[in-house]
Amino acid sequence: MSTVFIALQANEETRPIIEAIEIDNPNAVVNRQPAMVKIDAPNRLVIRKETIEEQIGRSFDLQELHINLITLGGNVSEDDDSLTLSWAE
Amino acid sequence: MQIDLRTVSIQPLRNTFDHLARRFGDKPASRYQEGSYDIQAAENLHYKPTWDPDQDLYDTKITKIVMKDWYALKDPRQFYYSTYTLARARQQDTTEANFAFVESRGLADMLPPALRDTALNVLVPLRHAAWGANQNNTLICGYGYGAVFTQPCIYHAMDNLGIAQYLSRLGLLLGDTEALDAGKAAWLDDPVWQALRRYVEDTLVLRDPFEAFVAQNVALDGLLYPLVYGRIVDDFLSAQGASAVAMLTQFMTDWFDETKKWVDAVLKVAAAESDDNRAVLQDWIAAWSARAASALLPVAEIALGANADAAVGEELAGFRARIQKTGITI
Amino acid sequence: MDMKVAKKKLGLKEKYRLMTRDLGWEPSYRTKDEVFPYVKYEGIKVHDWDKWEDPFRLTMDAYWKYQAEKERKFYAIIDAHAQNNGHLNITDGRYLSALKVFLQAISPGEYAAHKGFSRVGREFPGVGTQVACQMQAIDEIRHAQTQIHALSNYNKYYNGFHAFADARDRMWYNTVARSFFDDAMSAGPFEFMIAIGFSFEYVLTNLLFVPFMSGAAYNGDMATVTFGFSAQSDEARHMTLGLECIKFMLEQDPDNLPIVQGWLDKWFWRGFRVLGLVSTMMDYMLPKRVMSWREAWEIYGVENGGALFKDLARYGIRPPKGWDDAEKSIDHMSHQFMLGLYQWSFGTSLHSWIPSDEDMDWLSAKYPTTFDKYYRPRWDHIRKLAAEGKQFKNFGLAKLCQTCQLPVVFTEPDDPTMSCHRETSYKGEKYHFCSDGCQHVFENEPEKYVQAWLPMPALFREFEGDVGAWMDWVSLRDGQDNGDYVGSIDQRNFEQWRGLATSNT
Repeated sequence: MSTVFIALQANEETRPIIEAIEIDNPNAVVNRQPAMVKIDAPNRLVIRKETIEEQIGRSFDLQELHINLITLGGNVSEDDDSLTLSWAE
Repeated sequence: MQIDLRTVSIQPLRNTFDHLARRFGDKPASRYQEGSYDIQAAENLHYKPTWDPDQDLYDTKITKIVMKDWYALKDPRQFYYSTYTLARARQQDTTEANFAFVESRGLADMLPPALRDTALNVLVPLRHAAWGANQNNTLICGYGYGAVFTQPCIYHAMDNLGIAQYLSRLGLLLGDTEALDAGKAAWLDDPVWQALRRYVEDTLVLRDPFEAFVAQNVALDGLLYPLVYGRIVDDFLSAQGASAVAMLTQFMTDWFDETKKWVDAVLKVAAAESDDNRAVLQDWIAAWSARAASALLPVAEIALGANADAAVGEELAGFRARIQKTGITI
Repeated sequence: MDMKVAKKKLGLKEKYRLMTRDLGWEPSYRTKDEVFPYVKYEGIKVHDWDKWEDPFRLTMDAYWKYQAEKERKFYAIIDAHAQNNGHLNITDGRYLSALKVFLQAISPGEYAAHKGFSRVGREFPGVGTQVACQMQAIDEIRHAQTQIHALSNYNKYYNGFHAFADARDRMWYNTVARSFFDDAMSAGPFEFMIAIGFSFEYVLTNLLFVPFMSGAAYNGDMATVTFGFSAQSDEARHMTLGLECIKFMLEQDPDNLPIVQGWLDKWFWRGFRVLGLVSTMMDYMLPKRVMSWREAWEIYGVENGGALFKDLARYGIRPPKGWDDAEKSIDHMSHQFMLGLYQWSFGTSLHSWIPSDEDMDWLSAKYPTTFDKYYRPRWDHIRKLAAEGKQFKNFGLAKLCQTCQLPVVFTEPDDPTMSCHRETSYKGEKYHFCSDGCQHVFENEPEKYVQAWLPMPALFREFEGDVGAWMDWVSLRDGQDNGDYVGSIDQRNFEQWRGLATSNT
């Protein structure tokens, strides 16, 4: 097992994104640090456009993530509806 | 009780960094100055490039142009990353609104088919020419000397890519993926485009960054933009009722007006530096602009037919007058 | 309207393909070798550039939009920071030394990366690869500029920032970072990608930008945390590019594996040495600490680096050769660097200091097996000398490593009481190294590393050992920029101004 992670700036815009990540990834662990939130998950973490949209009540372009993204770890795979981080198992 | 930090009056020890005080005097520097002047390593370069051991890592000798101070080639727009990006983001908003307007009103489908075909035939292959421009400006940025001269080139390169992408979107909007396929086939094989493609490929082997600047930004784009986006799109197509196309290329028209001020400023300062520089620039511009004009003639004929020759001639005269103002006579 | 044909709905991948790689073509009036002259000599075999997977599919319209949003936020914060004397919000003036290291060594590296990515953004024959590299090229000039802009206001009030452009080319410790970037840029395009895109960005920069920047936030420095996190948001794209690039090389041809592994061994060690100074920034220069260097290494080195190399094992990649030596040095390096900085502080454009009792207690809690045993006694000795009015100064010139250019201040990986020193003779000259890793790097490319400009011998040649003349030459103002923080102008000003801000007297 390897850990994938994503870190986002801690602000109002990322709060619903983090909630969405928690909903879609029950295994994820959210670490709150000064000015940033780092989310770790075993092997795989998925960020779904639809879940974020449910949190914010408007349409969301996954590329908006770039604005508040700090860093990530894992192979990135992106399509229209989701962004997935993974390590080969 | 605690007083507001704002009300603390403390004297700064200095106004700016040493290298800027040496250039501009001891006063607060602009963000353009802070982000541009002397930020490239200048001394004690450690290793010779393995890709060309005859060069230095940053080398003024790879171009025929000689400058006492490469930081003299100031960008009149004073673009640094932030001002550049904010300017383009605003233009992008306008462009997006224009595309949305054309799309939502179904203006593309209302274009007379012959005009739509002309627009596609002229504009879509140019996405490849814009990619060539991207390559050249990336090279100038990479190998040119001094951030004041080179940073606008990476901005220009990204603009060239943006323009190639807007032209691709225009092709998709007016003619779907088939239009892009047809445009690429024409670029590769149609005799109309071969002189221009040969021109672009010949610029891709230039390794003198300043000659690449002249061949691309001065000569080719100095003729192509006014001819295609001014004469063909804004005048010829719009007059016949295809002003929707002009909405989709507004970015290119505005962009050329803005960027030519920078191109001219670079030429002017480089030519004023020495008679040798002026002579080199004169030869380069004369040779490359003559080739560019003849390469663009068959492209202009797609839209303008028999009037193309006169149109290209007028553009060439206008180009010469523009260059004359920089102190270079062709 | 009957002419209206439903447009094909294009997915993200297909749309991006049309917007990037479909723009390129096979030249026929010129050969590919003429257009891309540098892509073969390193021996990397690429059969199909179209197999390149684009990591993030940003077209220029989206790039401008999102980057502009980041820029607006960034400049709003640093404007407010400058207008409101934000520099007085930092926890302590000692913290400024970390920012001085940053501006002198790291920001010029960002600019070098900008130039390097412009070059490879032109030299690779694949459009997808070129576009990704070009975006990184423009991002890197952003980082250089946002850092200079954020630190510009500190320069107005504190010493040690004013001559960063001179110090970049002349100051002895800055040649560590300079020679690293010069090394990468003088390599071919593929090696450059492994050096900066993979080893530096993917394996190592998290250590610099994430825990250190979190530390900046913790220490009240909004300007730095803002450029740090804002830069790192681009870094997420860059890291992904670096990872994609290494996978691409390995998938293209099995013959690429030994070449890539060799570069990985080299650049991991080169990067580890350069970023070693971050250990000192974290353990010594943050007055309020978020985590120790050891703890940061556990997360971003061991856990994340470990996961990465486990993932790459499917291609036959093993962890870099210096990995075990790196691990062995983690509990020592920050102390060794800080002791080095302190003893040569007369020649640095930043202040160092003797850690307080409270600092030392924290260090011994974080480094239970090493600090009390090896380093507290040395600090105690230095403190005793200082109390007697004798600052511990080493006027002897440091012997520099021919590869990484750090003074040879490290100890043997398996014996912390023995100083580590290696030598190689090449064409009748003797060269010195700080470690096996640096010696190996030299021995693989001696013709390159004998060219290195070493600042200490130059000091003797040019100035015949005249320290004052050397200080003028590096624009170091004696008594202002250098020496112990205690008693410095920075300390006096910071405390006085802060006193004005927080009281009525």
